[in-house]
Amino acid sequence: MINEFFQLIIGDYTLRIVAMGAIILGLTSGCLGTFAVLRQQSLLGDAIAHATLPGVGLAFMLTQSKNPLILLLGAGMSGWLGTMIILLITKTTRIKKDTALGMVLSVFFGVGLVFLTIIQKMPTATKAGLDKFLFGNAATLLMDDLKVMAVLAGIAIFTLILFWKEFKLIVFDYDFAKSIGVRIHFLDVLLTTLMVMTIVLGLQTVGVVLMSAMLVAPAAAARQWTDKLSVMVLLASIFGILAGLMGALTSSLIENMPTGPTIVVYLSGIVMFSLLLAPHRGLVFDWIKINRQREQIRTSTMLKNLLLFSEINTDPFHPHDMAALRAVGRGAFNRTMLQLLKKGLVKRHDQNRWALTPEGLKVAKRLTALHEESFDVGLT
Amino acid sequence: MPYSTNPNSLAIEVMDLTVAYGEKPVLWDVDLKVPRGVLLAIVGPNGAGKSTLIKAILGLIRPAAGQVLVFGQRYLPHAKMIGYVPQRGSVDWDFPTSVLDVVMMGRYGHLGWIRRPGHAERQLAKECLQKVGMVDFAGRQISQLSGGQQQRVFIARAFIQDAPIYLMDEPFAGVDATTEKSIITLLRELRSQGKTVVCVHHDLETLKEYFDWTMLLNVRCVALGKVEEVINHENLRRAYGGRSAFLAGAGINKADK
Repeated sequence: MINEFFQLIIGDYTLRIVAMGAIILGLTSGCLGTFAVLRQQSLLGDAIAHATLPGVGLAFMLTQSKNPLILLLGAGMSGWLGTMIILLITKTTRIKKDTALGMVLSVFFGVGLVFLTIIQKMPTATKAGLDKFLFGNAATLLMDDLKVMAVLAGIAIFTLILFWKEFKLIVFDYDFAKSIGVRIHFLDVLLTTLMVMTIVLGLQTVGVVLMSAMLVAPAAAARQWTDKLSVMVLLASIFGILAGLMGALTSSLIENMPTGPTIVVYLSGIVMFSLLLAPHRGLVFDWIKINRQREQIRTSTMLKNLLLFSEINTDPFHPHDMAALRAVGRGAFNRTMLQLLKKGLVKRHDQNRWALTPEGLKVAKRLTALHEESFDVGLT
Repeated sequence: MPYSTNPNSLAIEVMDLTVAYGEKPVLWDVDLKVPRGVLLAIVGPNGAGKSTLIKAILGLIRPAAGQVLVFGQRYLPHAKMIGYVPQRGSVDWDFPTSVLDVVMMGRYGHLGWIRRPGHAERQLAKECLQKVGMVDFAGRQISQLSGGQQQRVFIARAFIQDAPIYLMDEPFAGVDATTEKSIITLLRELRSQGKTVVCVHHDLETLKEYFDWTMLLNVRCVALGKVEEVINHENLRRAYGGRSAFLAGAGINKADK
């Protein structure tokens, strides 16, 4: 089955182009997406993507050409303009950033849709196919598109590697970067430009509506698995390539299936898996950790309570009733007792009565002396 | 070295500095002269403009008026001149990087464009971590640090700059007593090497013990000078307003001892 799948890709020229396009897109958006997420600019990516649409329409209306270079140039300029307007609004007015983002996103997208509708009504023969910029259509990628994408990706990734140290610094601590004389404005503009380039190169494949998912989702998933920036970039790229490849190919093989949404479905799978199962940061890991801690607190409290009771008696190994133990504190469950039993710290007298073992007495005394729910006395 | 011209010049000289966010001035016509080799505390109530003053000296914000001289020269941000310790809460500590990496960032300005930190920087970073007692944490992910540890990492990052001046924004905020003591020991060490240290400080109780110079700030400069000369009822009342009666007791008694 998988073998046949690969046979199909390698044998089919169109699918080969689709696959290569998806790989270029996944790689670049993984790299730049990581920085967008760490700069907390995920929504900026979404606004820029939507802001590219009028540029595509205008470029076509002016030139009547579907040359990818011209259309994407229009898209890039329009996206840039949108970004500048967002910065201008937040700097000069009292409008907050999220409002500025929302306004630019919807206004530009609306204008873009109007342009596309006008184009649909034009008597030109070449008008068909511009709607792929909305939801993406990887199957219509041509060799020319691929070349433009590859050049943009090359420039973006090369620049990112070249200024790696500077970008890392301004994303982590902008003020400190400025204080040591780093040219932060230049770097800021450069990094945002790289983001615009990344968005533009994915427009035909994913479309303006869902392009931001390509930036955000792989990076968010990658963050779950690592604490190292370089590894995060690498993982995000791998996730981006995986989702891009699967999504682009699936949509190419099923008729009328837009690529953007298909990729997003795969991305959601990757994100969900990462959120749940990643070690250290995953939800399942959290849940296990919290439960284990609770268990530890319960068992140590129980031992201390048993000690407390036995101090009243002359015999420290005198058995005590569960009901009495429950009265002095929470956590007196049979399950807790069975765990202590397994460790040989308590023994069961009869159905409802428990007592410390000599080993249990030692641990309980140590716990009480430490005066804390210490976990390093052999309870784990 | 353009900065080592006049050996008699002040470390920092701020003249007629006014900073405003919107209409309200945050700093109004502030003058500050910091001699070389002192430990100076900037003290004042919330919203007095203490952090703003530090940022204005560093060139992080553009003042509405006034100028800043460092060693007698107009100052532009420069890694070899001033080591900056920002407030701990000013960065995202969940950023995916290690303690050693953060400390090495203090060396980026020295390295210049594109060049990557190498073995030498690694070694220097470890030495600086050693000084702040954090060398065992070099490989640790920064999100695992406690508040006091974060503070010490920032101080190590400033140390690695090996600058003649250090500006620190609340280096004692949220650290425990032991860490506070170890930080002040480090600052005294810097002073004994002839370096100048300026800190935003909050605790009037420890002012006399920790610092030799102080500036009382409340939008305007209320007083500036040696701690024992500056801390008195009159000045505190002018800096802190109505709350001075409550505040002053502690500060003055300590200062008079």
